[in-house]
Amino acid sequence: MGADFTHSLIIVIAAAITTAGVRYLPFILFDHGKEPPKWIKYLGDVLPPAIMSVLIIYCLRNVNLLSGSHGIPELLCIAVAVLLHIWRSNVLLSICVSTVLYMILVQTVFA
Amino acid sequence: MINILRKSVRYSLPVFFGYIPLGFAFGIMLSDAGYNPVWAFFMALFIFAGTGQFLAVEFLAAGADIPQVVLLTFLINFRHFFYGLSMIPKYKGTGIRKLYLMFGLTDETYALLTTTKVPDDIKKEDFYFAITLLNHSYWIMGCVLGATVGSLVNISFKGIDFVMTALFAVLVVEQWKSHSNHFPALLGFCVPIIALLLIGPDNFLIPTLIVVSFVLLCLQGKLTERGDKLGR
Repeated sequence: MGADFTHSLIIVIAAAITTAGVRYLPFILFDHGKEPPKWIKYLGDVLPPAIMSVLIIYCLRNVNLLSGSHGIPELLCIAVAVLLHIWRSNVLLSICVSTVLYMILVQTVFA
Repeated sequence: MINILRKSVRYSLPVFFGYIPLGFAFGIMLSDAGYNPVWAFFMALFIFAGTGQFLAVEFLAAGADIPQVVLLTFLINFRHFFYGLSMIPKYKGTGIRKLYLMFGLTDETYALLTTTKVPDDIKKEDFYFAITLLNHSYWIMGCVLGATVGSLVNISFKGIDFVMTALFAVLVVEQWKSHSNHFPALLGFCVPIIALLLIGPDNFLIPTLIVVSFVLLCLQGKLTERGDKLGR
């Protein structure tokens, strides 16, 4: 465990409440026929692609390009996931193949 | 109710085949981070979010601060807000069940409910409730199964955490395909890279999210309207 028991519990509760909050919010705010303001609709359009990109970088934040494996397994497997997904558009296939390849790479070639 | 569930199962099968492996990967990752299947069960029960839970493992492993957990969980699940908006008319008149329907509106539940016609022999609110409940139970099964296997089997799962990176890579492709203006996606790459170089890996995330949201809000009306589908 990275966090101790209490901290872990609080993280899980915070994630649960926030997730439920986001899902309840539209019903709390707009269930009475009011139209949501334009800027909310606009954010709903532009925020998801931006956040997905941010999260990729977040996942790679501890990769060091200058030492160790130079981020080669990460970049290679992301390329595999992306190309496979452009080709077949199958979410599970893209994720499974690239993850298994990554596991093999970091446990053998880049161990 | 059992009868309604039985009738609804076949409509929910696509989600079953998606949730079991994805939940399984989550469970393995969680167990790899040092948490037992009980954690997996309660996280699947109370959070019930794919990407959100993967991110939560990351937070647990890093012992993240609560503001970071709340902000990022909010942003990653922001798309669910729009699922909710579009389900308001459909969920009208579902009574007390609406409390659960709102809670269980995941990507997959939303996709299923917006693309499947309610069967003639089932009442609308019963069908919605059954589908949500079935999906939720598949998700719990997958997560607990993964965490159990992860804690029992003694082979190395080193590198399994890449599943989250792969998931986001796939989502980037999906978003890229469904939007004609790629400025938000590119902004989402550039800002965190700059912040990472300036601030370092431990504290770059929140400034990044604030800058990205701020820049996007400032550009409202400037980015061409596209009328795209919302989210995934």
